[in-house]
Amino acid sequence: MTYLIHGETGDWEVVVGLEVHAQVISCAKLFSGAATDFGAEPNTQVSLVDAAFPGMLPVLNRYCIEQAVRTGVGLAAKINLYSVFERKNYFYPDLPAGYQISQYQHPLVGEGVVTIDLKDGSTREIGIERLHVEQDAGKSLHDQDPSRTFVDLNRSGVALMEIVSKPDIRAPEEAGAYLRKLRSIMRYLGTCDGNMEQGSMRCDINVSVRPAGENALRTRAEVKNVNSVRYVMQAIEREAERQVGVYESGGQVVQETRLYDPGKGETRSMRSKEFAHDYRYFPDPDLLPLRLTEAEVDRIRQSLPELPDDKKERFIAEYGLSPYDASVLVAERETADYFEQVAAGRDAKAAANWVITNLFAVLNRKGLGIAESPITPAHLGRLIDLIGNNTISGRLAKDVFDIMADTGGDPVAIVEEKGLKQITDEGAIEAAVVQAIAANPGQAAQFKAGQDKVVGWFVGQVMKLTKGKANPQQVNEILRRKLAE
Amino acid sequence: MTALTGLTIAEAARGLAAKSFSARELAEAHLDAIAAARDLNAFICETPDVALDRADAADARRAAGGALGPLDGIPIAVKDLFCTEGVPTTAGSHILNGFVPPYESTVTANLRQAGAVMLGKANLDEFAMGSANITSHYGPVKNPWGPRDGRDLVPGGSSGGSAAAVSARLALGATGTDTGGSIRQPASFCGIVGLKPTYGRCSRYGIIAFASSLDQAGPMTRTVGDAALMLAAMAGHDARDSTSAPLAVPDFAAALDGSLRGLKIGIPKEYRIDGMAAEIGALWDKGMAWLEAAGAEVKAVSLPHTRYALATYYIIAPAEASSNLARYDGVRYGLRVDGATLDEMYMNTRGQGFGTEVRRRVLIGTYVLSAGYYDAYYLKAQKVRALIAADFREAFREVDVILTPTAPSDAFAIGERMDDPVTMYLNDVFTVPTSLAGLPGISVPAGLSARGLPLGLQLIGRPFDELTVLKAARAIEDAAGFPAGPPTP
Repeated sequence: MTYLIHGETGDWEVVVGLEVHAQVISCAKLFSGAATDFGAEPNTQVSLVDAAFPGMLPVLNRYCIEQAVRTGVGLAAKINLYSVFERKNYFYPDLPAGYQISQYQHPLVGEGVVTIDLKDGSTREIGIERLHVEQDAGKSLHDQDPSRTFVDLNRSGVALMEIVSKPDIRAPEEAGAYLRKLRSIMRYLGTCDGNMEQGSMRCDINVSVRPAGENALRTRAEVKNVNSVRYVMQAIEREAERQVGVYESGGQVVQETRLYDPGKGETRSMRSKEFAHDYRYFPDPDLLPLRLTEAEVDRIRQSLPELPDDKKERFIAEYGLSPYDASVLVAERETADYFEQVAAGRDAKAAANWVITNLFAVLNRKGLGIAESPITPAHLGRLIDLIGNNTISGRLAKDVFDIMADTGGDPVAIVEEKGLKQITDEGAIEAAVVQAIAANPGQAAQFKAGQDKVVGWFVGQVMKLTKGKANPQQVNEILRRKLAE
Repeated sequence: MTALTGLTIAEAARGLAAKSFSARELAEAHLDAIAAARDLNAFICETPDVALDRADAADARRAAGGALGPLDGIPIAVKDLFCTEGVPTTAGSHILNGFVPPYESTVTANLRQAGAVMLGKANLDEFAMGSANITSHYGPVKNPWGPRDGRDLVPGGSSGGSAAAVSARLALGATGTDTGGSIRQPASFCGIVGLKPTYGRCSRYGIIAFASSLDQAGPMTRTVGDAALMLAAMAGHDARDSTSAPLAVPDFAAALDGSLRGLKIGIPKEYRIDGMAAEIGALWDKGMAWLEAAGAEVKAVSLPHTRYALATYYIIAPAEASSNLARYDGVRYGLRVDGATLDEMYMNTRGQGFGTEVRRRVLIGTYVLSAGYYDAYYLKAQKVRALIAADFREAFREVDVILTPTAPSDAFAIGERMDDPVTMYLNDVFTVPTSLAGLPGISVPAGLSARGLPLGLQLIGRPFDELTVLKAARAIEDAAGFPAGPPTP
């Protein structure tokens, strides 16, 4: 569905490009040996290099480069064998050297593509413009003291990947799908944990609008540092509406940096002074140009795991899943692995249903990730087996599942212990049927009078008598026979 | 001045080995000389305690039969641009007021490892920016060869304190750094040997950066042989400096002697600049004759882009400096001058912390990197730099070493040439091209000017061929018969 803003003068199309800052998973920083753990005491993970002491020099952490290359390969992007670190110069207390080492004219990774999955099961390709590697700044703490700002340099020098999309995104939903897919790919690769709340994935949004049908791009505004997928989608919606309003009231959108205020649900302009920087980029003379070989890149390429798109295709082909179910299951590698363990040697569609409908509900309710699931894949598989071999009914299976969710128990043991085993003994069911008919002669007469519907009512009675354990199919057969007698 | 301070490093090493005197005696003799010559202002910080501790340690090693090598127990001065653990390090700037590094530069650590004894931190131009050692926050250094006509002379710069200390017998050797001539030009002015190694030969780790793509540490000594000994201890690959060359360090001192037969010496015609003093030209001719007499073959070469070198240098070096010096912001160490706002604090700190010359270069550097000017200045300068390097590569197809004067004049008076920075920058006209090309260059004292002041000749070599440079320099040294030191008053 095309996303359009219906203005007073007509329909407007939204054009969006995203710049994502993704923190590289690595033990040490990009140019120093200091650690990178989240949540450490302020200024405990700072080397002399990170604090820019006189005479200190950056030394490239090759592992961070490997991680960025891995990400680039995962985005089907061109890996540049020659790239250059440059200095981006500006003054701020949390930028100790007075410059950030980044890549500018020669990024490590060139054009690539991300395929996004939309709610209706369709997909779209969003182009990647580039990925470059840079260091993070420290953190200014303005709320610790009424008159002073404190600086925490733990983050200073941590490796980031800046992933810049092409302006291919046309709707807030697509932006959300793009971010989720990017995060999914990086988590599969183990290159970024994608945790937006902890700031290990941050997003700047470039938004412009144009009348539907117009081809040229109009002036964009940049909404900086939005820290959740939901806010990104909201910010795009609000900013696009604002711009439509500006145009329709005869104004012009100016190129500027804006902030999104989720409380008020609006974007607002940052004072121009705060971003009127001339960054004076130039190649960092402390670092040699980064050169990779085709062999190194190939080695990384070979080591890549199966990525979500390939896995999705395989799930559709191998397990006969719908594209939607497949895309839900592959979003997280752990979920996909879980599903595959449950589905092995079983009815895959049933397995997918149990995972998507029942397991996700339990995990959501308990606020757990799949890795902390109280129900192991082996147990869920055994539960499906118990249904398949008629040991328990589908209805009882749901009760067993709830017990499993609360206790983490084995379904076989639960069924045994609670005596939930399905009654398939003809004699026992027949006895219950006879009892039910004898106790309700009126209803039995209705059946004879041709009211077929009453069979269902009798099934309920028999189930009551057998505490729900009777095999429903057998109950039905025997009931019809006995009622007809 | 005692006899001990008049020794070369090689002689002192022999004396220590023969136990003719102890490292402590040697250190004390130099500490006394330093105390007696404070008028020169060669040191920003004297470190007698450090010196005596290390001298005692050297004596103890030797007594135990574990002497480290030719530098064990040798007293040296350290340019105050090298960070030294626990010892204040200023870069000659007020902005590093009170800064005591908790780490040691690789070069000084290497020297310490070899047993060298640090006497103190030598004065220098602020952040190594200058050619006369007059920009130091700690005052100008006097050239021990002065005064002339009642005026004190500059020692050259930026390693002016190092050069003065070695020349005046206050240290047997000193570390210097050279960005555009900061080792070679003061060596020429003070009548000592100054070697700028190939870029990448010595680690820059822990040396306060001026222009990262040009800065290189090197030895300043009284003889070519001493320079070879000191360089061997200073040099070597260092994983902490990405631009440090992963090459083994040759035994420079062992290969100095011998004939120059077969060696080709290039004379770049472009270095015979307009208005060059006749005595400089004459000394250059003498140098050629000496090398020929030693068996070398002299031939003309062309370095056609030489005339652009100075302009190129004065774009690239300030550009890098403007960025390198951004870290001195009053936030984490050194001077902080408070202000009502963050911007005011920055302006107060940097305005009061940096001297005029440093501020000038930061402004120039900021300008040439700024939007709209980057292509016209910085980018173009990088292109010219590549052409200058290509000139040398071309010349070194035909010759092994290039001979030039080190500086266009002898030492001038303190206060002279200060009103016009461009005239001051001309001091580096012969040394800057080598720096831009990253090549090794040495200044060796070759004669005296009409005023009786030292003049040096420069020898330039292929990348990482310090050996040949030193060998040719030794031949000049032998032939020149340069006086042992400044005349004692």
